[in-house]
This record gives sequence, C-alpha cells and structure tokens, in this order.
Amino acid sequence: MADIELLAASGAETAAKIKSGELSADEVLAFWLDRAGRDRLNGYLWQADRDSARQGLGEGGPLDGVPLAIKDIFCTEGVPTTAASRILGGYVPPYTATSVRKAMAAGMPMLGKTNMDEFAMGSSNENSAFGACLNPWDTERVPGGSSGGSAAVVAGGLAPWSLGTDTGGSIRQPAGFCGIVGLKPTYGAISRFGMIAFASSLDQCGPLTRNVTDAALLLNVLQGRDEMDSTSVGIEGGIKAPDAERLDGMTFGVPRALMGEGIEAGVLARFEDTLIRIAELGGEIVDIELPHAGHAISAYYVLAPAEASTNLSRYDGVRYGLRASNEDLLSMYEVTREDGFGPEVKRRIMLGTYALSSGYYDAYYGRAQRVRTRIVEDFEKAFGEVDFVVTPTSPTVAFKLGEKTSDPWTMYLSDVFTVPISLAGVPAISIPAGLAEPDGGGSELPVGFQIAAPAFAEQKLLEASYALEQAIGFDGSAALEGGVS
Amino acid sequence: MIEREQVLHVARLSRLRLGDEEIDTLAGELSSILDHVDKLAEVDIEGVEPTSHVVPLENVLRPDEPRPSLDRELALSQAPDPHDGAFRVPSPQAEF
Repeated sequence: MADIELLAASGAETAAKIKSGELSADEVLAFWLDRAGRDRLNGYLWQADRDSARQGLGEGGPLDGVPLAIKDIFCTEGVPTTAASRILGGYVPPYTATSVRKAMAAGMPMLGKTNMDEFAMGSSNENSAFGACLNPWDTERVPGGSSGGSAAVVAGGLAPWSLGTDTGGSIRQPAGFCGIVGLKPTYGAISRFGMIAFASSLDQCGPLTRNVTDAALLLNVLQGRDEMDSTSVGIEGGIKAPDAERLDGMTFGVPRALMGEGIEAGVLARFEDTLIRIAELGGEIVDIELPHAGHAISAYYVLAPAEASTNLSRYDGVRYGLRASNEDLLSMYEVTREDGFGPEVKRRIMLGTYALSSGYYDAYYGRAQRVRTRIVEDFEKAFGEVDFVVTPTSPTVAFKLGEKTSDPWTMYLSDVFTVPISLAGVPAISIPAGLAEPDGGGSELPVGFQIAAPAFAEQKLLEASYALEQAIGFDGSAALEGGVS
Repeated sequence: MIEREQVLHVARLSRLRLGDEEIDTLAGELSSILDHVDKLAEVDIEGVEPTSHVVPLENVLRPDEPRPSLDRELALSQAPDPHDGAFRVPSPQAEF
C-alpha cells in the first residue's frame, strides 16, 4: 500500500487492512511514528518510540494496530503528563486513565501526547505553557482549543485519530477549525478516571477523527460504566458503525435567535448550505427557541471557574509537580502556584474563588446553577419537538494567532454555540460543512456544523451525521501535508 | 468593579502570590468579565432548583471490601521532597 493511501485512510480502513493482512501493524506504526516525528505544528508534547508505543497493548482487539494520539490531559503510566502546565512539568503518573487503557486493550498503540490549552482552559491552544499549536490549513492561524493538538495532528496528517476532552466545546470547536469530526458524548458516557479534572460536572472525553464512522468505532471502545468514576454510566447496547443514507422523518431545530451578531458571512453560508442538504435527504428544518441559551456563556464562566478553582487546589507543591520555594509553608504554596500556573488558569482560579467566596456565593454560583437548570429545561423542551438541534460549531473560521488574546471575553465568545450544549450535558458532534473565507478575506478555511441530540442518543446522532457527511462529501486532504516539515 | 484590595483578598484565598502588575491587570479583567456575568440577573430564577449534575444518579455504591491501594514508594515517586516514607514540607513558620 502506498504511503499516500495510508496517510489518507481512515482509522476504520486501516484497521480493516491490518485484519485482512494487507498491512502489518508494524509498518502502520512505523509510518505514523515517522509522520509524528516530523511535526511542524507543535502538535505533540511527547512522542512514543517503537517500544513505548506498544506498551500495555491488547492483542486481537477490534482496532488492532491503528495508532492513537492522546491529549496530554489523560494520565498515562510511565509517560509524562503535563496538561500543558508548568506546574506538572516532568510529572509521570503512576496509573493510566480508563479511556486510554480501553484504547490500548482494543489494540491501539499510543502515538504521542498532544498539545492543549493549559488544564484545558482556552479556545485557541495559545494558553499552552509549551507554546501554541498551529493550524495545518494555515500555520498563521490557531487550531482551536482546548484540544488543539489533538485536532491539528489528525487534520495535518500526523495521526489517524485522537482523543480529546470537551468541557465547553474543547473537542467540537477545534474539530471545526481543522476540518475534521469531533464528538462530545453525553456526560457520563465515558469514564473520566485519570482525566486531569478542570470542571468535573462538564468534562467529557471524546474522539477526534477523519470521519463519522471512526468516531462511532472509537466511542464504542471508550464508552462504558467504570467503577473508578461513579458518574459514568456508559451507553446501553454500545455503538455500531452508522449506515443511514436518508434523514426521512427526522426534524432538525435551528435556534435562530442564538445566531445573531458576530457570525461570519462565510460560516453562515455553509450553515445554510447544510440545511439544504438536510432537506434534500428528507429531513425537516424547524425553527426553535432556546430562550436562555444566550446566557450560557455567562453561566459557564461562573460554574466552570468555580469548579476549576477547587479542582486545581491540589497543585500545592507537596505530592507531585513543581515546588518553587522552601521558605515557609504558606510561601511555598503561594510561590509554587504563582510560578506554575499561566495567566488564563490564574484568571479562572481567581474568578472561581471570587464566585464561591463568602458574600458572593448566592449572587454568582447559586444563580448560575439555577440559570443552568433553565438551559437544561430549554433543551428538554426542544427535544420534545425535534430530533436534533443544529448550529454552526463556531461563529468564525480559525482566527489568527494573537487575534483574541487581549480580551478574555472575546475569546470566550468563540464557544457561544458549544457551551449551552455542555451545560445541558447532551451529546453533540461537529462535522465539516465545507470551506469559507474569513471575514476580511484570505484563503478558505474549514467550517464546522454542530448537531446535538438528546442524552444518550449517540447512535441516532451518528446515523444522521453519517448520512449528512456522505451528502456533503467534504475533502480535507489539502491539509494532510500541512503538518509535516 | 473589582478593586485592588479585593483582588488581593481573593488571591490570598486562592494561594496565589500575584505580582504588582498582575494585580492591576486582574482587577481590570475580572471587572470586565463580571460585567458580562452580571447579565445573569435578567433571568427569572424564582423557584428554580440549582443544577450541579445532569445525569440523574443517586447513591452509587460499591461493596466495602479491602483491596490494595497505591504502593507507598510509587505514591512518593513524584513528590518534590519525599523523606522517610512521607511528603516533607517546609515549616509553617520561616524561623524554624
């Protein structure tokens, strides 16, 4: 098999060729290790070699031999895990995350650990302590975040597929920016054990892949109840490869009121094109209201920082990671945290601590939790009327490095369509809807189309996404050589 | 509007020793973020229960059986200053 075919092959196609004997797992691994080794996107923070990639592998698993890139937020025994933070520089976990363990048991070698925003806080990957990651479509632009590395390596031909995490859009937004598929499953579908915590009521693991079928295959391997995570429940009956060709009888709700200002013309054009594709496949487009979704970003930026401020209190220079002072105990805590955390992480710790502090708890945290209930109710009502809720994944295509770093709120608005779904806890996918010029001109960049479904309706979501993906026929191969030097 | 004093108070609660410039920057940034967040006051939350968790689960239990825990040496292997089978920290008071 020619290298160029292996580069363009999906995970499922590669797995099938290994099973049939057309390819050996050894040559597939060697091919991808070579590609990853030529990373010019700063997509990887750590790369495996032939021996380390094979550690812990199961034999004869369903996805035998197809290597997987893993966001550096997943603990991997014996392999450095930093969450892209200085405070975890050099940390080598003594155990492996359940999701990674399951991937290995299914036969997938670990290709490397991918770059990300520090502790998954960011929408551009510019908050990594180890340098920004670049978008393979245009290296002057961001890949999105926080799973920026996991998206860039898949789109840029440095990995066949990857694992990411999504708290407010961190799988879907970078998948959209890089022209690949990103799935955030229902909260509770996949174990969070060994996933470094950011906002525990929202964090969820999911796949970033070349196509919808690959997302289904990975989800099937990853999902399930885990006794190490009492909030995990799994997906009843598992997930099978989707094969729907039509969308007859399915209704797609469009929350027009949410799609007001700030959406680029090109993004809106691809969104409208996709609605036409849906109608051509027999689906019905319906206008819906999500009356409180416009408040989602505000609620999220109380709730997620509040949870983060408590989760990140564990980084205290005592048990692992950085210790920056030995003066006295309080100084040790304060100087270690001051030196170890980057600006966005400190901003969110401060914001969260403020929102939880005496005198402000009810006004901020208590209120935001109640607004979250309103948003959950909005989605329950919507799913009483329609099968899916659809929006653009992001209001813009991938923006330029440095374009949104001066004003935190401007960056936060990048997740205006993904955050409401995270607060509701329901599953959503981003699939490529085509290319569009950014506002102000320039070369065309990928646009993501987001589809959300009711809790645990992943199979239905994947079937609809698959049918739509075939109709759109997006070709992301232009970026496949963008990742290597 | 968040004042310098409030930033310092929250930084103490957060165990962060902020630099002088950072205090001013954060006062501005937090004020601006909270201006947006304050729009939550427009939402009618009368009689609405708070949501802390979206999957309806109650009392997830497991049998209370003893099993091996993380090996002590392994648990200490990542510590900045392991000593005599424990995590050593500096004294609470500098002069000791």
